[in-house]
Amino acid sequence: MSVLRELGESFVSFLRILGDMALFLLRLVMYTPRGLLRFRLVVHQVHNTGALSLVIIMISGLFVGMVLALQGFDLLARFNSEDALGTAAALALIKELGPVVTALLFAGRAGTALASEIGLMKATEQLSAMEMMAVDPMRRVVLPRFLGGVIAMPLLVAIFTAIGIFGAWLVGVVMMGVDAGSFWSQMQANVSGDEIFEGVFKSVVFGIAASLIAVYEGYRAWPTAEGVGRATTRTVVLTAVSVLILDYMITAALL
Amino acid sequence: MQQTRTVELGTGLFVFLGVVALFFLTTQTTGFSGFMGGDAYRVTARFDNIGGLTTRAPVTMAGVTIGRVEAIEFDPERLNARVTMRIDGRYDQIPDDSEASILTAGLLGGQYIGLGAGGSFDNLRDGDEIYLTQSAIVLENLISRFLFQQSQEDQDD
Repeated sequence: MSVLRELGESFVSFLRILGDMALFLLRLVMYTPRGLLRFRLVVHQVHNTGALSLVIIMISGLFVGMVLALQGFDLLARFNSEDALGTAAALALIKELGPVVTALLFAGRAGTALASEIGLMKATEQLSAMEMMAVDPMRRVVLPRFLGGVIAMPLLVAIFTAIGIFGAWLVGVVMMGVDAGSFWSQMQANVSGDEIFEGVFKSVVFGIAASLIAVYEGYRAWPTAEGVGRATTRTVVLTAVSVLILDYMITAALL
Repeated sequence: MQQTRTVELGTGLFVFLGVVALFFLTTQTTGFSGFMGGDAYRVTARFDNIGGLTTRAPVTMAGVTIGRVEAIEFDPERLNARVTMRIDGRYDQIPDDSEASILTAGLLGGQYIGLGAGGSFDNLRDGDEIYLTQSAIVLENLISRFLFQQSQEDQDD
């Protein structure tokens, strides 16, 4: 019986967190129009989450594209269809790897930073101090970070994907000798606007999910050193799992 | 002041790179960007079997893509497939007795519609139908026909 009760309790607490997070998102969305007026704060956060993630995103994108081309070449060469390498690499990057890998990197690089920053502000009672000065920490601290993440994510995905295709070209065309003309023309013949849209749509959804989880975990963290640490860990785990689940759902819906 | 300037510069660089990447993806990796928006006209054709033809498949003439397949539907009365093609308005001098056939691009390639020019002096216009069509070659049918022929030859001997 106690197992059942524990299961029920954890399910109830899961529902509570889910509901709390949904209400949190609703509040953020309601504050968004006025939050965008304080543009400088948002720009600062786009810099923190986006510009500072550039290097890791670009290096990862390059190598993901390169390994994709290497594996793809090996596989396609068995069917004598190396010419399809451009299509295979571009579709995989645009539709799946770009958004998903970027979201996972984003959780590790920017999500943890957001969660621990907000959590530490809470632990050191900076948020309470703001409330005492009649400054709403939701609007002053949480909202700009959330918006910064939401804006940065699609741009990061686009950069990751473009660099990835460059990496695939580097390995496929320059190293393995696939014909450059068919590499690009096959890609252009087979990639349509729908696929680009799928990638951009995914990146927007993942951006909202990853940023929401990060700021939520930070804001709801226990105000202790241990609590902040747990919030950071939970951010990465929750983001990874929810991004992968969302990815499946979006793919199934758009296919 | 110095600090906000580096922040702005970094953010600007980041946003610029992002937009450039998005531009690259939408224009360089996709074919025919912006083509379908202009003036185009629709023609239909009926096929007994469309094989693996899908919407957005290219419609080509002499190997050049001049349009896209817009819709494929099954006609319950005539029991065949009705394919609607959207052809770029620039190519408005296609004879109305042209022939449409479903072809396959390479071994792994997708299927597309190839138009073969006819000899009529009248041109295809919006809403016209192409009467001369050739269905997709279904590999299974081809193989079964080949096997049937083989066994018939064996019997003759």
